[in-house]
Amino acid sequence: MKRMKEGRPQKRINPMDRLSPGDRVVSVITYIVYAFFAFVCAYPFYYIIINSISANNLSERGKVLFWPMEVHFKNYSRMVNIPGLLDAAKISVLRTLVGTALTVLTASFLGYMFTRETMWKRKLWFRFVAVTMYFNAGIIPWVICMRNLGLNNNFWGYIFPMVVQPFYIILCKTYCESLPRELQDAAEIDGAGTLRLFLSIILPVIKPILATIAIFAAVNQWNAFQDNLLLMPNRPELNTLQYKLYQYISQANSLKALVSNTTNSNAVMAGLATAATATSIRMSVTVVVVLPVMLIYPFFQRFFTKGIMIGAVKG
Amino acid sequence: MRMNPKKAQAIREFLYILPFLILVALMSYYPLYGWVYAFHDYMPPKPISSETYVGLKWFQFIVSNPVRAADVWRVLVNTFAMSGISLAFSWFPMIFAVFLNEIRCKPYQKFVQTVTTLPNFISWVLVYSVAFNVLSSTGAVNSVLTSLGLIDKPIAFLNSKEHIWFKMWLWLTWKNAGWAAIMYLAAISAIDEQMIEAAKVDGATRMQIILRITIPCILPTYFVIVMLNIANFLSNGMEQYYVFQNNFNRKTIEVLDLYVYNIATSGRGNYPLSTAISMLKSVVSVALLFITNTVSRLVRGEGFV
Repeated sequence: MKRMKEGRPQKRINPMDRLSPGDRVVSVITYIVYAFFAFVCAYPFYYIIINSISANNLSERGKVLFWPMEVHFKNYSRMVNIPGLLDAAKISVLRTLVGTALTVLTASFLGYMFTRETMWKRKLWFRFVAVTMYFNAGIIPWVICMRNLGLNNNFWGYIFPMVVQPFYIILCKTYCESLPRELQDAAEIDGAGTLRLFLSIILPVIKPILATIAIFAAVNQWNAFQDNLLLMPNRPELNTLQYKLYQYISQANSLKALVSNTTNSNAVMAGLATAATATSIRMSVTVVVVLPVMLIYPFFQRFFTKGIMIGAVKG
Repeated sequence: MRMNPKKAQAIREFLYILPFLILVALMSYYPLYGWVYAFHDYMPPKPISSETYVGLKWFQFIVSNPVRAADVWRVLVNTFAMSGISLAFSWFPMIFAVFLNEIRCKPYQKFVQTVTTLPNFISWVLVYSVAFNVLSSTGAVNSVLTSLGLIDKPIAFLNSKEHIWFKMWLWLTWKNAGWAAIMYLAAISAIDEQMIEAAKVDGATRMQIILRITIPCILPTYFVIVMLNIANFLSNGMEQYYVFQNNFNRKTIEVLDLYVYNIATSGRGNYPLSTAISMLKSVVSVALLFITNTVSRLVRGEGFV
């Protein structure tokens, strides 16, 4: 990267320039190996997409490998009729929106408040929050306590446990500390209170870091599966898309296992018939669940380095 | 009585964050109270009381009951094996980043980086869905192998217990390696360009530059990753293993985090035993964190906590 900036960008360097024959061999191998890695990461997604729009009888038998065959979009239109799927989509979208908004607001507010040296016992409260990164009680004690709080079988069980995220708070705090002091001083002399300062001075200038946090929080909410599994056993209408998808696959898998283990031909036929309709639908659901992440992916790529620093900052 | 304005502001600012502190107390500290269930004969929905108190019964149960002890041993072996494989191959993302950085065609480099990072942002459920679609008996891999005549009947990649530890590492790497490499790429771009130029002037080959400059410069980053890996040795998380588990591989895929879930949810559900095991796990994990942090402080002069 640096070389590109500092060097003479106009002059094109031949990639093979100044390479010994041995280095050239290494170069070629490197290109091929990375092509393989890229293929391994990208092809499964491509495979699922082309299968979801190909003729179902072909995709069931694994005939669609390189390009879509006999393209149709019925699988997608049929998805609307699957009971519970639309509800699950609504829950997933809702928890992503509400959860992200609350997480971002909390991170920005607490991140800012923890820079207020005037606050009573500021350092103590900061440590009280930050240290929660390093321990957890274990899932079962956690589930029992969430039940005691009434967060099981309750939509807010998706939201409240994820609102206060120490990582994000530390990130905001560090960002606020890097802002020039004068920014706040001037407003304070004019008589602005703490909340006023936060809303009109701080919030507008920390937008870049909030965008980073929002994207990571949203991806986390969208991908969350464990809280659904642990907290919502009795309210199927609260199931998320991730959970529904898991159910489809595990059902399909048990059917496949049944088919390969049984000698009863009727059961084989019945199993095959059911599994067959499931294959194409399952792939379409997979595409729908993965699509939002893929769509925002190009936009949040530039936040990557910042995002990984979220995991590396010190408290 | 009037407070002086400074003190009033100090208290007011505290009151602003008080609701959030209460939330943290409820969501992160209160679950620690759940550990008391390890000392009771707890069967939901009946609440615990002084009558249900059984002391250390469940902790003793882990070792005294031979079937259970064998089970815990099996789970520990699985946990150590999977974490051990991860630790043994933890250099992979670093080497991945080093050679990716050597690619001179920048668009290609960018492309590889983009594509290999994508799996990091999908959930384990989706990874499983991808795995199922590609590796099932009618999936892409089996289709290709069959049509090439290399196999006559489909290989059960997912419904078998063969090499499950290694397969789990492969999926973990598939998901995380590209993302982990970004950190190393950031570290590489921070290397002083003059050092590399000087080495080139002295006639160093690319391999020499990699071995003598690039890798030594990013070793501190790698060291931190290794320490974090050790600190999380017992915590593989349960999601990956939960979605990949089935009747064929259950015995070898169960890691501690999944085990505590399974014993609490399968059959009648043993909450106290599960709590006792996760309590022990938490204590060991915190100890590991302290140890690795101390090691890091001794070696690097600063800890990571």
